[in-house]
Amino acid sequence: MPTEILMPALSPTMTEGNLARWVKKEGEKVAAGDVIAEIETDKATMEVEAVDEGTLGRILVPEGSEGVQVNTPIALLLGEDEDAAALDGAAAEAPARRPEPAEAPKAEAKQPEGGKEAAGGAFPATTPAPPEPEVPEGTEMVRMTVREALRDAMAEEMRRDDTVFLMGEEVAQYQGAYKVSQGLLDEFGERRVIDTPITEHGFAGLGVGAGMAGLRPIVEFMTWNFAMQAMDQIINSAAKTLYMAGGELGCSIVFRGPNGAASRVAAQHSQDYASWYMHCPGLKVVAPYSAADAKGLLKAAIRDPNPVIFLENEMLYGQSFEVPRLDDFVVPIGKAKIVREGRHVTITGYSLMVARALEAAAVLAEQGIEAEVIDLRTLRPLDTETIVESVRKTNRLVSVEEGWPVAGVGSELAAVMMEQAFDWLDAPVARVAGKDVPLPYAANLEKMALPQVEDIVEAAKTVCYRK
Amino acid sequence: MSTATRSGSKARGADKGGSGGQQALPSREKLLDLYREMLMIRRFEEKAGQLYGMGLIGGFCHLYIGQEAVAVGIQHALTEADSVITGYRDHGHMLVCGMEPRRVMAELTGRATGYSKGKGGSMHMFARDKKFYGGHGIVGAQVPLGSGIAFAHKYRGDGGLCVAYMGDGAVNQGQVYESFNMASLWQLPVLYVIENNRYGMGTSVQRAAAGPALCERGHAYGIPGHQVDGMDVVAVLEKAKEITGEIRAGKGPVILEAMTYRYRGHSMSDPAKYRTKEEVQEMREKHDPIEQLKRRMIEGKAATEEQLKELDKEVRGIVNDAARFSQDSPEPDAAELWTDVLVEA
Ligand SMILES: Cc1ncc(C[n+]2csc(CCOP(=O)(O)OP(=O)(O)O)c2C)c(N)n1
Ligand SMILES: [Mg+2]
Repeated sequence: MPTEILMPALSPTMTEGNLARWVKKEGEKVAAGDVIAEIETDKATMEVEAVDEGTLGRILVPEGSEGVQVNTPIALLLGEDEDAAALDGAAAEAPARRPEPAEAPKAEAKQPEGGKEAAGGAFPATTPAPPEPEVPEGTEMVRMTVREALRDAMAEEMRRDDTVFLMGEEVAQYQGAYKVSQGLLDEFGERRVIDTPITEHGFAGLGVGAGMAGLRPIVEFMTWNFAMQAMDQIINSAAKTLYMAGGELGCSIVFRGPNGAASRVAAQHSQDYASWYMHCPGLKVVAPYSAADAKGLLKAAIRDPNPVIFLENEMLYGQSFEVPRLDDFVVPIGKAKIVREGRHVTITGYSLMVARALEAAAVLAEQGIEAEVIDLRTLRPLDTETIVESVRKTNRLVSVEEGWPVAGVGSELAAVMMEQAFDWLDAPVARVAGKDVPLPYAANLEKMALPQVEDIVEAAKTVCYRK
Repeated sequence: MSTATRSGSKARGADKGGSGGQQALPSREKLLDLYREMLMIRRFEEKAGQLYGMGLIGGFCHLYIGQEAVAVGIQHALTEADSVITGYRDHGHMLVCGMEPRRVMAELTGRATGYSKGKGGSMHMFARDKKFYGGHGIVGAQVPLGSGIAFAHKYRGDGGLCVAYMGDGAVNQGQVYESFNMASLWQLPVLYVIENNRYGMGTSVQRAAAGPALCERGHAYGIPGHQVDGMDVVAVLEKAKEITGEIRAGKGPVILEAMTYRYRGHSMSDPAKYRTKEEVQEMREKHDPIEQLKRRMIEGKAATEEQLKELDKEVRGIVNDAARFSQDSPEPDAAELWTDVLVEA
């Protein structure tokens, strides 16, 4: 039997890719380790190496094919003593064993990387386009990914202000570990786009020092998990100096990078730090969901004279949204956004959890419950006004976050509701959060540990006293 | 793989770790052991890469292909009293510490039979009975931890030492130097092995590390540093025997920089555009640790082609069995979500 070569998964979040090029031709000999084909993911072009040796018997998926699902047979490899005749039986069978039909819906192909992963759960079929009150009527909208929006925000601010520079691991030559800084080295050069050694505490502190001396650093953490190495400089130096100096010295700096669980990268690489930083006076904390907010808020963060913690999400990087085409689109820090209006229950979320909340709202609508979904966008300072106003209308609040429940964002919201909306509450505030355990690796456990749409639906029904 | 310090080798002439290349070979049995263990890692990692491609392994998966001689050579200089700790490129170290291929693979697929019940994955496995302390995902964190394990060896006076592995990128983390200082101050029995595979993700050593060779990074603390050809398993073994002898004699920490190379990307999703194909090809063709040893054994009549082919078959059998086991095992029970957060007091 010839060996099937399957479309490989080349990253934690990849579900499909494009077969860019066949390096080996039918009939060519291959040795283990030889590059046989090139595959494009949305992040990179990767080479596929042969695992076994033999002869490339037949190519099943021609080059140029797009949206090839992981695990689809792409070619047949003949073993040492097999000849081409062996191909016929196998080739006939091969397509039948594709895990996904070839005509997988095109809309599906546009789903974010990892959208179908256990951890991610499903995204809504179309990205909800929230109303954009900050944008003048008639503004042209452009579709772009969160990744591109973040890059554009940095590029625009770097063009405007020479004191802005970007520093972090793999941000320059590699174009960013998650390709967020793509093209910045080319445009701004080594002086302003700087690869650091793996030394988070060191470069975070160096960034704060440069900020104190009047530059405006953007410090990228490859992921926020690694910023725990740098926590002391972020809190003790960046957050507290202005106060300790009686206003004499502070620093304008942005710390940014992906936050929260990605897909099956286990406990040390999957943590939501929102409530950790939200706890600290002297910081601003931002966690956008849409590409427009990612862009507008990052521009605001870079201009802000204070240290800003900017929490992104890897699962959102490849997700596309409408972004206004404006010369200078800045979203103010400190303002939440109502992304879906409703009158029965208020659901708050930030970052990826806004997607979950919107999906839950769609499910609830089918059951006659109209949920109002608020994207918090900024966690510190919290826009309590918008939330309280909504709760005065709905009389119920469900808070959704990926982080742990104890002393979490939801705990703070519950306290604020008691202080400021007690008389309007018809039910106790409900918290949907990650489970109170380090994030497990196993697919089934990871899914259980992260907030799912059903959890939000159930919480909303509970506060509405509905079965 | 236990008390393995006594090999057939009498030669100490080729002290310059591998550069001489003329040291007398260890015994035939020892050579076959070294060969078999390197091959086991190679085949195991190839299989892991394959399972990843099939979506059976998720998240990050950092393969050790190309670096086999380092972990294998070092391990043969250790005794059962000694401990090992490393980062996330850890499958090879686990296998040479005597951990079962089946259970390592089952952890990679996130199954209940894995070393961490499926809760840790590729980067987080531990085996106390093998004195293997993980499996750590935060670059550099294992270095103070390894120093602490060495502290415990000294505290108990059990005669053991700790090998703390780190990469050429990890060596720039501040906590590495805090560890060096304490280890030297307190003369801890620790061997710091820097696996210099030339890159930390996409950044070459030259772009990340100032100063002379990484093995010199302990000089300010009075820690001796050595370099060895990490593609030559015999050289690694000989050097490690010499160094561990000194550590056991109570002379305190030592740094060993093993010059090695990883053939694959940093993790599965690395397009590896930061180096040339020729560079990778050259290492594979001229310096492959397994091929080198094979050639030496055949030329020195320590083994025949057929014998080694047979061995390869046997190793493949074990790896295939592990892969099957890792797919047939069940996912962890839902109740496991809540266990092991704290020990019941
Ligand atoms: C504190 C921290 N920062 C960044 C990372 C992301 N990261 C994982 S491995 C790695 C490169 C490490 O390179 P090196 O130490 O040379 O080890 P190698 O991968 O070559 O074995 C980086 C930057 C991390 N895991 N931990
Ligand atoms: Mg390295």
